[in-house]
Amino acid sequence: MRAVRQVLRQTETGKTGLRRISGTGGTGAFFGRETMAVEGIGARALRKEDKRFITGKGRYTDDIVAPGMGYAAFVRSPHAHARIRSIDSGAASVMPGVDAVLTGDQLVGDGVGNIICGWMIHSKDGSPMKMGGWRALEPEVVRHVGQAVAVVIADTLAQARDAADAVVVDYEELPSVTNAVAALGPDAPQIHPEAEGNLIFDWEIGDEAAVNAAFENAAHVTRMNIQNNRVVPNPMEPRAALADYNSAEEHFTLYTTSQNPHVARLVLSAFYNIAPEHKLRVIAPDVGGGFGAKIYIYPEEMVCLWASKRVNRPVKWACDRTEAFLTDAHGRDHESEAELALDSDNKIIGLRVKTVANLGAYMSLFSSSVPTYLYATLLSGQYNIPAIHANVKAVYTNTTPVDAYRGAGRPEATYLIERMMETAAREVGLSPAEFRRRNFVRSFPHQTPVIMCYDAGDYDATLDAALSAADYDGFAARKAEAASRGKLRGIGLSCYIEACGIAPSAAVGSLGAGVGLWESAEVRVNPVGTIEILTGSHSHGQGHETTFSQLICERFGIDSDSVAIVHGDTDKVQFGMGTYGSRSGAVGMSAIVKALDKVEAKAKKIAAHLMEASEGDIQIEGGELKVAGTDKKLSFTEVALAAYTAHNLPEGMEPGLKEGAFYDPTNFTFPAGTYVCEVEIDPETGKTEIVNFVAADDFGKIINPMIVEGQVHGGLTQGIGQALLESVTYGENGQLLTATYMDYAMPRADDVPSFNLSTHETLCPGNPLGIKGCGEAGAIGSPPAIINAITDAIGNNDLSMPAKPEKVWALYNSTMKQAAE
Amino acid sequence: MYETTYHRAGSVADAVRMIADAEDGKFLGGGQTLLPTMKQRLAAPSDLVDVTKIPEMKGIREEGGQIVIGAATPHAEVAASDLVKSRLPGLATLAGGIGDPAVRHMGTIGGSIANNDPAADYPAALVGLGATVTTSKRTFSAEDFFIGMFDTALDDDEIVISVSFPAAEKSAYAKYPNPASRYAMAGVFVARHSDGSVRVAVTGAGHYGVFRVDGMEEALASNWSPDAVAGIHVDSGGMLHDVHGSAHYRANLVTVMAKRAVAAAG
Ligand SMILES: Cc1cc2nc3c(=O)[nH]c(=O)nc-3n(C[C@H](O)[C@H](O)[C@H](O)COP(=O)(O)OP(=O)(O)OC[C@H]3O[C@@H](n4cnc5c(N)ncnc54)[C@H](O)[C@@H]3O)c2cc1C
Repeated sequence: MRAVRQVLRQTETGKTGLRRISGTGGTGAFFGRETMAVEGIGARALRKEDKRFITGKGRYTDDIVAPGMGYAAFVRSPHAHARIRSIDSGAASVMPGVDAVLTGDQLVGDGVGNIICGWMIHSKDGSPMKMGGWRALEPEVVRHVGQAVAVVIADTLAQARDAADAVVVDYEELPSVTNAVAALGPDAPQIHPEAEGNLIFDWEIGDEAAVNAAFENAAHVTRMNIQNNRVVPNPMEPRAALADYNSAEEHFTLYTTSQNPHVARLVLSAFYNIAPEHKLRVIAPDVGGGFGAKIYIYPEEMVCLWASKRVNRPVKWACDRTEAFLTDAHGRDHESEAELALDSDNKIIGLRVKTVANLGAYMSLFSSSVPTYLYATLLSGQYNIPAIHANVKAVYTNTTPVDAYRGAGRPEATYLIERMMETAAREVGLSPAEFRRRNFVRSFPHQTPVIMCYDAGDYDATLDAALSAADYDGFAARKAEAASRGKLRGIGLSCYIEACGIAPSAAVGSLGAGVGLWESAEVRVNPVGTIEILTGSHSHGQGHETTFSQLICERFGIDSDSVAIVHGDTDKVQFGMGTYGSRSGAVGMSAIVKALDKVEAKAKKIAAHLMEASEGDIQIEGGELKVAGTDKKLSFTEVALAAYTAHNLPEGMEPGLKEGAFYDPTNFTFPAGTYVCEVEIDPETGKTEIVNFVAADDFGKIINPMIVEGQVHGGLTQGIGQALLESVTYGENGQLLTATYMDYAMPRADDVPSFNLSTHETLCPGNPLGIKGCGEAGAIGSPPAIINAITDAIGNNDLSMPAKPEKVWALYNSTMKQAAE
Repeated sequence: MYETTYHRAGSVADAVRMIADAEDGKFLGGGQTLLPTMKQRLAAPSDLVDVTKIPEMKGIREEGGQIVIGAATPHAEVAASDLVKSRLPGLATLAGGIGDPAVRHMGTIGGSIANNDPAADYPAALVGLGATVTTSKRTFSAEDFFIGMFDTALDDDEIVISVSFPAAEKSAYAKYPNPASRYAMAGVFVARHSDGSVRVAVTGAGHYGVFRVDGMEEALASNWSPDAVAGIHVDSGGMLHDVHGSAHYRANLVTVMAKRAVAAAG
């Protein structure tokens, strides 16, 4: 690795700044910024990491090469459900360059553990969820197309693939089922012996009796069947692993595409028996997108580790796009029946929901929490709903496992409640905005009947802002004008709320989580005053190197080039729970703030001592520690240096300036907002064009508005993908028909409008910065707004996602036909 | 991808010899179809003979009232050509709507028609304009050239050298793209020639690749207006159906795109 040395330099202004020089012979290129910017909280600081990403200098797992490494290629099941009669690797194992062909029998024989689900859910009868065994290489029964049954390690990737093709697996095909409701039927094939009737759990939340009573007294009931379509995450960088076993030290290093390297190490060590934690280093270098799919520890990464020891050489695997479609955990896939009870004032008095959640062929790491505690706890939306009851049946099917995908449960809840709200408003003849307003929560804290306690928010503010930005009142004129061009125009709302910053450890522990969900940070001030932040959060597109630096700039008034963010390596960072659920701001940054508090306190003590002032009089400003009311001051660098030379420290003080902190949140955070979507539909083709999209969000404190906007753009685009384009289709015999970009439609730039965004801040009282989180809101809030707009345009509410043109066209035509009859 | 040997041909004769010498050789155009197929290990030619550097196969010229496009001309060049834009605006639109910029700068007209993907755009222009295909062995009318899905009249060792398009009085192309691949789900090319003859060619929708719609041609010959085709529907029996659309829906798209093409042609 290239040594980097840091030197002090004087800037023209005389301020002490830093510049880094590469240490290769002293002639290395400068890469500091010419003008130093002190960009604190709220600044639109440009992303520090973009220079390396844009110039191709990023270092992703597949870029990393280990001397002597071999390549892995997996042999995968072509069947959705089949018994393995035999695996013949004879021909493959003697092919050129082949090191080994390994199967599940060897894996099990070596004591490698089954893949686990880390969140225990109990059914309403008190029984624990019924988990079937999941082996990283399956020796007996395959349960979805693409499941790995063997791996070839060879000198080149081409040799590995050729040999994988030559492995002969004799399968006895079994009947399969891909739809969750069908899987619960009496004639459905049994997928795991442990889960009778394919039912994993039958869980409930809320007060059923209170809900029944509400429905008895209802003046109006709105009923709907609501599907939330399955989607494939599709991060730009496919999964990859490079596993390197050192036999002399019995030590493993795993480079991998992970959102949470410490969790990966913990699980690999504690459950899969790969190696004890101190003998396993997990590095997640630059990672190109995750969206949840890179939280989990998958068979392939684990097999690479195991194989690396077996063949005694480093093993590299990089997923191709179709493998990603077949094996990355999918998202969503719910079928629900929902009923909303209103009183005669059109106030909601009860909500009843029955959901069947498709978890696929195996239970992925957090799969059980997604359709339960991350879903049903948000069914109250932004509304005062006195009684809610939800029943969720989780089901095995012969499909790719399903787990958290951008939003994880909250999009499913939001889609359900927001389609119900729009529909109920239409049924009772109120404007959708007025109906929502009538039911808003307005006093905080607000305890919902489904666990969550909303801490702060102003739902009127975001609704008002969105309606005004969308010129809601001018819609009728726009609709008429569109009609004159032969287009159907519609408008739809979504007032979403979600829960971020997962989460208080004790709370999630009591609900079944196998881990605590705090975060840790270390602030390391170097003797020259530069600062390294070691964080357990992991950036895979979020821009932490920029936003986390902004915290330090704000605190000490130093420029962001003097700050480095260190993450993604279990040997460097103390510990961490990683990044998902928009927790890096609310939880990860809170840990940094706690550590900064400690550093600041110690720096002030040292400064007071050196300047013979009282500690309480020291103020930090513009990179200097000053004695209030005097002209005495020391630069931050001088104080740092004093801490390390330790020539003159207060009596009894330890040398150094480095502090760590763990932060465990006290509550979830509750981002919320209103989205307004306006569409035009071509009645001849059914194609929907989004002509305007307004998002008014409350994310609490915003560290970098530009990065927040980017997160919202991305989230909205994924929501548009789910609502209009992305359609996972399983064919007969459980084949995934949409396993390439030729058939799976991802949203592109021309599928989305120029978004109209605004933010409206109420601070989160639960964490020191007041942050709520912004990473998933776009994907959570947008689908119902889009579908509500389309159903408004075509005058038919019987629409499911994705609203593919043919579906919209057929629905519109049948509506017109009915109207004519 | 399996191992293969790359050859660059300097002339048509060169290319024919290289293919003859190869065990299982294939011509390489822009590689926008062939290379992805090889990467997926669905094709494994022993040799690739690159024909895109052969001078006589490149460029666009006017010759005896025909627009002649060299088979190795990339889509982007056709889309940007002033000659094509002024004489055959429908063809320029079509070329400019193929794939994305990277595909348009690499993919060639010769490769596209030799491949004859049932959802490819060019076949509609060739049939819609009544083009002639010149190969290393002979010439074909467009209709004789395209035989069926991924099938043409070409021999394995036969190279497309150029395509000649008669200049039309009016021409336009309307495409309804597949939302995932952006190939045509229904692409309709309409053209009216100075002798009053009309052609309507459809790609993307039919089971057997590009086809003409007689009823629309007759209607437009007597009344060149979108309304003339609005009531004419192709039989959904011959239409493709897949995860993106039923045969019934594709049949509807043919009518809608035909209307729009006529409107665009003016
Ligand atoms: C992402 C993407 C999107 C696309 N979208 C579209 C689209 O919207 N519409 C569309 O029509 N197409 C689309 N294409 C296909 C594209 O137009 C290709 O360029 C075309 O199909 C093949 O042309 P090529 O020059 O790349 O040929 P190649 O891929 O090199 O060859 C294709 C076949 O033709 C043969 N061949 C090539 N040149 C000759 C020749 N001169 N004589 C005889 N045989 C030859 C080859 O041997 C091979 O069998 C898309 C492709 C991609 C990758």
